[in-house]
Amino acid sequence: MIVAESKPFKEIYDLVKDFSKICVIGCGDCVTVCHTGGQKQVEELALKLRIAAKRDGRELEVREETVLRQCEQEYVEPVGNYVNDYDAVVSIACGVGVQTLAEKYTPVRVVPGLNTTFMGAPVEPGLFLERCAGCGDCVLDETGGFCPISRCSKSLLNGPCGGSMDGKCEVSEDVPCVWNQIYVQLDKQQKMHYMDDIRPPKKWSVSTGSSPRKLEIKHLQMEKE
Amino acid sequence: MSEEHDTNTNNLKAGSNLEKLLRKGEFVVTSELGPPRGASREAVEKKAELLKGYADAFNLTDCQTAMVRLSSIASGAILLNMGMEPVIQMTCRDRNRIAMQSDILGAAGLGMKNLLCLTGDHQCFGDHPDAKGVFDVDSIQLLDIVRQMRDEKKFQSGEELKTEPRLFIGAAANPFADPFNYRAIRLAKKVKAGADFIQTQIIYNVEKFEKWMSMVRDMGLHKKVFILAGVTPIRSLGMAKYMKKNVPGMDVPDEIIKRLEGAEKKKAEGINICLEVIEKVKKIEGVSGVHIMAVEWEEIVPEITKRAGLLPRPIP
Repeated sequence: MIVAESKPFKEIYDLVKDFSKICVIGCGDCVTVCHTGGQKQVEELALKLRIAAKRDGRELEVREETVLRQCEQEYVEPVGNYVNDYDAVVSIACGVGVQTLAEKYTPVRVVPGLNTTFMGAPVEPGLFLERCAGCGDCVLDETGGFCPISRCSKSLLNGPCGGSMDGKCEVSEDVPCVWNQIYVQLDKQQKMHYMDDIRPPKKWSVSTGSSPRKLEIKHLQMEKE
Repeated sequence: MSEEHDTNTNNLKAGSNLEKLLRKGEFVVTSELGPPRGASREAVEKKAELLKGYADAFNLTDCQTAMVRLSSIASGAILLNMGMEPVIQMTCRDRNRIAMQSDILGAAGLGMKNLLCLTGDHQCFGDHPDAKGVFDVDSIQLLDIVRQMRDEKKFQSGEELKTEPRLFIGAAANPFADPFNYRAIRLAKKVKAGADFIQTQIIYNVEKFEKWMSMVRDMGLHKKVFILAGVTPIRSLGMAKYMKKNVPGMDVPDEIIKRLEGAEKKKAEGINICLEVIEKVKKIEGVSGVHIMAVEWEEIVPEITKRAGLLPRPIP
């Protein structure tokens, strides 16, 4: 899932300071699971914005909406019924949701209320950890199911660096050294030869930061004239 | 790869002093110079003057602990001008494979003959913690890239290059990091990738180092790569405690801390500890030299090398 955290309230409040009618739109998918962009958070944010505006003697009308999946065109269709009545939208979906609204309802101002942080998993109540970097060239088969790209602070491919101590990363006591985890796992799986292999430089050309990527599934695409 | 070190000095890979002395079987001494945090040629020269004649080659650190400093290659050029032999350090933190290969060609073009390939401390330790850590390649991949450029005249991409960089290729090894049982295997990977020599993490826990060396010998690696044992004189109790607590991958045993606590003259005791470590590692089979890293204390290297009986340095 995509994990996103709330921007500081003051930052959001400053983003909407020039507007008098805004609409806060949440998303029913990943960010609902994160407790940062679901219906409940829409209500909370709208309330806080109204209180802050009242405190400052400002006129601010805030509409509350949540769509099922803000990243998909068809789910944001209903937004078209009211969006033009507002000065701006505060989207508390991930960055994909923000852009779906911004593209579909151009030139409406859509501002982000969240910082999209990573692809990860809820591992215990209230704790989400990064698990995938979307690098486009998965190596999990060779690394015992632990991702060295997203979970090693240096994205190393050839084992733990010299900063791995007591199973911890040199960066922080709170960060497990994933190469230590991989080592332990491969030992259990009797696949230690994967620790001996030299992995060549990675093809970052298929990863993020290269150029915008796309996935095409031909049989689902409509014939172009 | 040969089973023994190639001692024929006609078969040099790079022809550096360091390589020649190692192949001759000399117990070598390398030292380290930390470039300044400013554009001062004089600062490099001043430190270099302190070290000149007391080691066979001199490492120029590459923005160590992720602090911006005058570059390793530029410092190396200053040393070359002074008739000293540099060991260029290159980390994977700040450059991608294009920039690294360009700098490798540049260093060799300027006449540098030793290159130490490192992963690099994480950027969060330095003065620009918000910088993007590059890590396009890791240290093992970098070793392979340099070896391929030198021996196969090919860039990482496979494209041919015209004039190969003749470099004696170094790598680091940390016997004190975890998982301990993997550390000799990691060394084997570095040797396979292209390392000609190794400079180890600073040794205070000699017992653990010996254990690692015996694993290294069991794998026959000491005959395929020259291993230089890393040492650092401790200047103060504070420094010892700082290294124990804050420096990634450091092993400072409690007894070292206790000795310094009990010592009246901390610096003198720090030097004594360093000399003892040198004395012990010299006797370990497979150790081909020492790498003395006197961090911001370069002026002590003459005393250490003298008292350790490492002077005068041989002429290659």
